Amino acid sequence: MIEPDVLVVGGGPAGMNAALAAANAGATVLLVDRFQNLGGQLVKQTHKFFGWAARGAGARGFELAQKWEGEIQNHPRIRTLLGFEVIGAYKDGIWLAADLEDFYKIKPKRVVIATGASERMITFENNDYPGVYGAGAVQTLMNVYGVLPGERYLIVGSGNVGVIVAYQLLQAQAKVEAIIDILPRLGGAYWVHAAKIQRAGVPILLKRTITGVYGEGHVERAETIGVDEKFQPIPGTERTFSVDVVLLAVGLMPLSELLFELGVREYYIPELGGFVPWHDETGRTSHPEIFVAGDVAGIEEATTAALQGRISGLQTALDLGYEVNKDEIDELKMLLTQFRRSSLSEKVCQGLERLHTKGV
Amino acid sequence: MDPKKVIICRCEDITLEDVRNAIKEGYTSWDQLKRVLRIGMGPCGGKTCRILVLRELAQHLNVPIDEVKTRPTVVRPPLRATPLKVFAKEGK
Repeated sequence: MIEPDVLVVGGGPAGMNAALAAANAGATVLLVDRFQNLGGQLVKQTHKFFGWAARGAGARGFELAQKWEGEIQNHPRIRTLLGFEVIGAYKDGIWLAADLEDFYKIKPKRVVIATGASERMITFENNDYPGVYGAGAVQTLMNVYGVLPGERYLIVGSGNVGVIVAYQLLQAQAKVEAIIDILPRLGGAYWVHAAKIQRAGVPILLKRTITGVYGEGHVERAETIGVDEKFQPIPGTERTFSVDVVLLAVGLMPLSELLFELGVREYYIPELGGFVPWHDETGRTSHPEIFVAGDVAGIEEATTAALQGRISGLQTALDLGYEVNKDEIDELKMLLTQFRRSSLSEKVCQGLERLHTKGV
Repeated sequence: MDPKKVIICRCEDITLEDVRNAIKEGYTSWDQLKRVLRIGMGPCGGKTCRILVLRELAQHLNVPIDEVKTRPTVVRPPLRATPLKVFAKEGK
């Protein structure tokens, strides 16, 4: 049995920062991640970051991951369990982590859940054909393993993820036929990124949705159609794209199954990605010993995840009686508020407000 | 869109048509659909299909998605497919 002060589940930007913050304050930390290396989605991010997270580090996502991973591996109070997945949470406070051979019992005093998100699927004909990929899968294949899964791409979803993956695909010499989005406006991508890919010749077609993919056993073409204000298809606006990959970047959902096991209070808040565990400003859920940070607390991005991780990590240490400078927590909260002031975070802020008005 | 060709649950190969037929037959909660279709009982544990099924149910019942009934304990350990030999040993 491992008995750390703090168990952190997930080694992405939120989890790494929660572990570092708690350990720097004096707590012993067990950090579990199902992969062999830390970093979470950051390891796929080849684009530049700015703001707080990038301060004093390489500015690209994977470089940030390396920096934090180094600090964690050298930290005397952080133990990592890599290649293990936390598969169970029990009412008596015991947590299980397993790989395909062994399992560990863990009895922590506090837990930070930083499990991130899973990709949304949408409905269209033959949506399980080989050649239909989630954006995360393509990023992993391309940016981590150096494999391009296809030659010609149709991207569904013009949010930050769709637009950034489009750009990365162009960098990898792939052909991106178009980005489509069912909404009448860009789905929350940075305008500069969207402008860049349009200059590179990739059209962004709004008010358009995918109806099916067809081919001999794998995607050879994708059918799309224009939609009206009520998202109803408009006959006569069909358009076919000859592609071998359809890349779905239609949003993420908080990966909160572990919390469901314990009956932690959740609410359905579309602005935050779906079912979200209720939490306060420090990430504390309706279970007073369990915190959430990062995408599992509502879909945002790496910088806010890292800040949330720092805050909840410090709060766990404070709970356990370690000396924490409360000004530091306040300063991090302020940074988070500042970062969310950009127009891209408008939806997130509305979602958080709705979440906070609901009771524990 | 032909609902026979739309997959809702990839793990168990359940189509939109299967889900709609089951709802028509009167299985109108996540739990009931899970028992009759095995939906959400594959390796992913419902990560992909849960929201799609809840949306279908919400439409059918004409309620907001968060008013579709699900039991709070519907998620149980182990969260991932784990070989039994793992549990045959004493935990570390």
